[in-house]
Amino acid sequence: MSTRISSSAAPRFGRLIDRDQPVTFTFNGAPLQGYAGDTLASALLANDQMLVGRSFKYHRPRGVVAAGAEEPNALVGLGRNERFEPNQRATTTELFHGLEAQSQNHWPSLNFDIGVLNSKLFSRFLTAGFYYKMFIHPRPFWKHIYEPFIRQSAGLGKAPDTELKDADTYEHFYFFCDVLVVGGGVAGLQAAKSAAASGAKVLLLEQNAYWGGRAPVDGGLIDGEAPEVWIEKTRADLAALENVTLRSRCMGAGIYDHGYALGYERLTDHDPKLFGPRHRLWRIRAKQIVTATGAVERPLSFAGNDVPGVMLASAMREYAVNWGVLPGQRILIATNNDDAYRTALCLQDAGAEITCVVDARPNGGGALMEEVRARGIRIETGYAIKKVQDGKRVHRVALCAQDSDGTDFEEVDVDAVAMSGGWSPVVHLWSHCGGKLIWDETQAHFRPDADRAPTSHDGAGFVWAAGSANGDMTLQGAVSDGAHAGAKAAEAAGFSAQMPDAPNCDETVEAALLAVWSMPAKAGIKLRMKTWLDYQNDVKVSDVQLAAREGYESVEHTKRYTTLGMATDQGKLSNINGLAVLADSLGAEIPQVGTTTFRPPYHPISMGAIGGEARGEVFQPLRKTPIYSWNDKNGAHWEPVGQWRRPFAYVRDGETVHEAVNREVKNTRENLGLLDASTLGKLVVKGPDAGRFLNMMYTNMMSNLKIGKCRYGLMCSENGFLVDDGVVARIDEDTWLCHTTTGGADHIYSHMEEWLQTEWWDWKVYVANVTEQYAQIAVVGPNARKVLEKLNAQANGGMDVSKEALPFMEWRDGTIGGFDARAYRISFSGELSYEIAVPASQGAAFWEALIEAGQEFGVMPYGTETLHILRAEKGFIMIGDETDGTVIPQDLGLNWALSKKKDDYLGKRAHGRSHMQDPDRWQLVGLETLDGSVLPEGAYAVGGGYNGNGQRNTIGRVTSTYYSANLGRGIAMGLVKHGPKRMGDVITFPGTDGTEYHAKIVDPVVYDKEGEKQNV
Amino acid sequence: MLILKCPYCGVEAEETELTAGGEAHLKRFGPGSSDDEFHDYLFTRENPKGVHFERWRHANGCGKWFHAARCTQTLEVFGTYSAQTTEPPQEIKDKIAAKRPGWTWREFS
Repeated sequence: MSTRISSSAAPRFGRLIDRDQPVTFTFNGAPLQGYAGDTLASALLANDQMLVGRSFKYHRPRGVVAAGAEEPNALVGLGRNERFEPNQRATTTELFHGLEAQSQNHWPSLNFDIGVLNSKLFSRFLTAGFYYKMFIHPRPFWKHIYEPFIRQSAGLGKAPDTELKDADTYEHFYFFCDVLVVGGGVAGLQAAKSAAASGAKVLLLEQNAYWGGRAPVDGGLIDGEAPEVWIEKTRADLAALENVTLRSRCMGAGIYDHGYALGYERLTDHDPKLFGPRHRLWRIRAKQIVTATGAVERPLSFAGNDVPGVMLASAMREYAVNWGVLPGQRILIATNNDDAYRTALCLQDAGAEITCVVDARPNGGGALMEEVRARGIRIETGYAIKKVQDGKRVHRVALCAQDSDGTDFEEVDVDAVAMSGGWSPVVHLWSHCGGKLIWDETQAHFRPDADRAPTSHDGAGFVWAAGSANGDMTLQGAVSDGAHAGAKAAEAAGFSAQMPDAPNCDETVEAALLAVWSMPAKAGIKLRMKTWLDYQNDVKVSDVQLAAREGYESVEHTKRYTTLGMATDQGKLSNINGLAVLADSLGAEIPQVGTTTFRPPYHPISMGAIGGEARGEVFQPLRKTPIYSWNDKNGAHWEPVGQWRRPFAYVRDGETVHEAVNREVKNTRENLGLLDASTLGKLVVKGPDAGRFLNMMYTNMMSNLKIGKCRYGLMCSENGFLVDDGVVARIDEDTWLCHTTTGGADHIYSHMEEWLQTEWWDWKVYVANVTEQYAQIAVVGPNARKVLEKLNAQANGGMDVSKEALPFMEWRDGTIGGFDARAYRISFSGELSYEIAVPASQGAAFWEALIEAGQEFGVMPYGTETLHILRAEKGFIMIGDETDGTVIPQDLGLNWALSKKKDDYLGKRAHGRSHMQDPDRWQLVGLETLDGSVLPEGAYAVGGGYNGNGQRNTIGRVTSTYYSANLGRGIAMGLVKHGPKRMGDVITFPGTDGTEYHAKIVDPVVYDKEGEKQNV
Repeated sequence: MLILKCPYCGVEAEETELTAGGEAHLKRFGPGSSDDEFHDYLFTRENPKGVHFERWRHANGCGKWFHAARCTQTLEVFGTYSAQTTEPPQEIKDKIAAKRPGWTWREFS
């Protein structure tokens, strides 16, 4: 069984835990106890909880395999309600009082799982590429059989309740440094020390809560002392330096272009009672980066290598040394290298019986093996594990000769298996931004190729790998390499660094490993089907071999076909073993097959950290018009329009939104309506070439507009599509004011700047976006003039707003009711209408003056929905309703606004393309339902026949549809094939609810066709 | 997350301050051009694995458009320069030719 090592028997074990501080937590509701300093994984193992979850596809029992970020199995759901989070690694979760963990992927319980039948009944269907194969034959089976079955059993963990909001806060943090060192092991500490000695500003990040990485676990001496001593001294020295920043619990997550890097700091995960943000995302700009990210041990590929109790040899040693946990009492060790012998020595010291060391190398190893042999431990060289017997934990293992198919075997009873297949440098960060790798034949791993480092703005490398992340697997190598990388990085960052003396290390020399990709070497299919490569995604040796047989030769294709390395651990343990199997199946060398692409982040980071502070009200800025407060106090039902909030309608007590809209629609036509139109874009275009420039921007002529007059204009993109519209006013000889749509203001401003700066840069024109400098109010309805005249009378004078002095489509500057005003006689409603701009600071006062003076004329404010209905009654188009980026002015019957006198304007050449002149283009018409009902938004009209997908052919669609209170029925506009030639025809719009709507094609203008109401 | 120096305001701007504007030095074809010329102007773009010339706007900064000469493969930046030119300045062409022997203007790899 798995136990805590007694401190009296073996006091040196458990260096990170505090046995005086017990910590209680629950696993699947059962209360358990650990110690301060434990990880969830070490505490579970101390409680003999070997089974921690079920696998993804086959629901096989799974236990802890590793001790760090590379852990594929021990994923749990943590916390509850608004703090619930699935798929958290038990190995990187620090234990705290009251921690609640639930195991995943099982039903009804962890111990008895019905889904395990997948493994027994369906495993031959769930082979490589099963999704792709299942999708095809027979088609009806997918919907009724495969899909429900897969839905039920697939998926890692369960998603948090979508109704709940994350209770924690998160933040972003910006940091700039000369040298960033990722990894606080001995190589990283030494690199930071060497870089800092040059005076460079250094940031050192360590993902764990403790410093020094594996060195205290692996042993040896640094400067004649235990590694812990040197680690603590170096850490303290660095902490004392002003030019060094140290952060533990902060993982280097990714390296990007030009020295950008992300750090992921977990501030309160280890103690949720702490105040402040839970995670902090460090957005780092570093001139140079050292990746001292260590190495991870590889599993060995033998049958049953996923049974709980089979662990990495290095992880077992780590659990013993760091947390005082012994994962078994009778332990078998399987290896292809010398390092695993350290585990034999360590675990025996901790009190375990080492049943046997199975060494695949025909002649075994070197000094470490001899040390183990001298203790009387059984060692078998040229030997292999044939198979670990299935179950919820290890209880029996079959051994055989490595160079065999396992026919002859012996069985031993053990309760844990430690395996070591060699070490792979963590090259992820090196590779994120394009660093290349070379295959190291001796150590059987990929390591960074220093000659092909990721390059920065100057074309030179900016990343230095150091220590075991660089393939230097010895203690001395790691420290020396760290010193070298730190000094080189500082030098490249512009500091003069001296090559420092690295400390001297003592350690036992290791014999060479033997690359072993299959145990035993000639394992048959029955064994290979039980030999796991990717634990998290349940990919076996047989799956990769099948993929190779089916022609998946590219490693990237094999990855996607088999899902090898695609889970949340991104194949940290499985990649090299998988590549080796693929290479072997293809008869190729491993370096020819190559690796898949390493993408950031190294380890999953929380969505909360990515979002940072940008949530809720501060997700994006909110733009408010000068009349916002009045609107808010007077029943505004808000509608988001880009970053603006506009009143959709002003709802009175006892009224529905729909009723409010109907009231506003009628009142504006019958009495007086006010619209807050301040969001309308206002661009001043000024200069000697402004007229010439606007002639290019607009489809119609703007240079000949008379001072004091207004003109409606259309803007197209260079490829001919209608992008914006609005009224342009000529202010003086070289000044025009262009109104844009609310959503188009910033975009059109940029559009003008782009053409001015990049195409017609010698034209003398300035553009200024003055949208927010003015409040603009539309005064609309039969009583519009009366209220303005009343205000002027009250102020003893003001602008003459009579029909003669201010005719339709003209503007005047002056005062109205004592306010500085520019009044435009323009109308988007068909009513007598003035749009009046006043300085933003006077907007609220002017609005209130209009409301007060308008009482006797029946004034009511109206919102955007009424604006839309009034314009639709008049057949006026709306950008974004009648247009969608594929519509040209000709589709909307706006040919009159396309100048024939101008040689050129944006979109003119495009309108000459064949598709733009196609007579079959859908064109704007009005649509009138036969029963007066309102057509559904976006509904399509159907013609005869079916298309290739078996869908009914479409001949048009609804672009705008409303209930008109003025007409007492639904009104709509739409684009219909040959529409203008089909007036009076009835066409059919199927609804999504099975009903059909029948509408007659009519003129889009359905109210006051002669325009008598606005010309008064 | 590139860093490009805005040639107008001199700021070393991070990519979040910039908006990308696609290939630089396109020649506009308007009325009177052939269908092929206009089609190429609208839609045909170089997509080299190597030296490229791009338009960028210092949108969250001084607002100016400028051009950048850089390598899409190594992320090396050879220089940024005014958008108000039809060709890269000679010094930038020289710098690229020195770094990429055999490279000539308007030849994309």
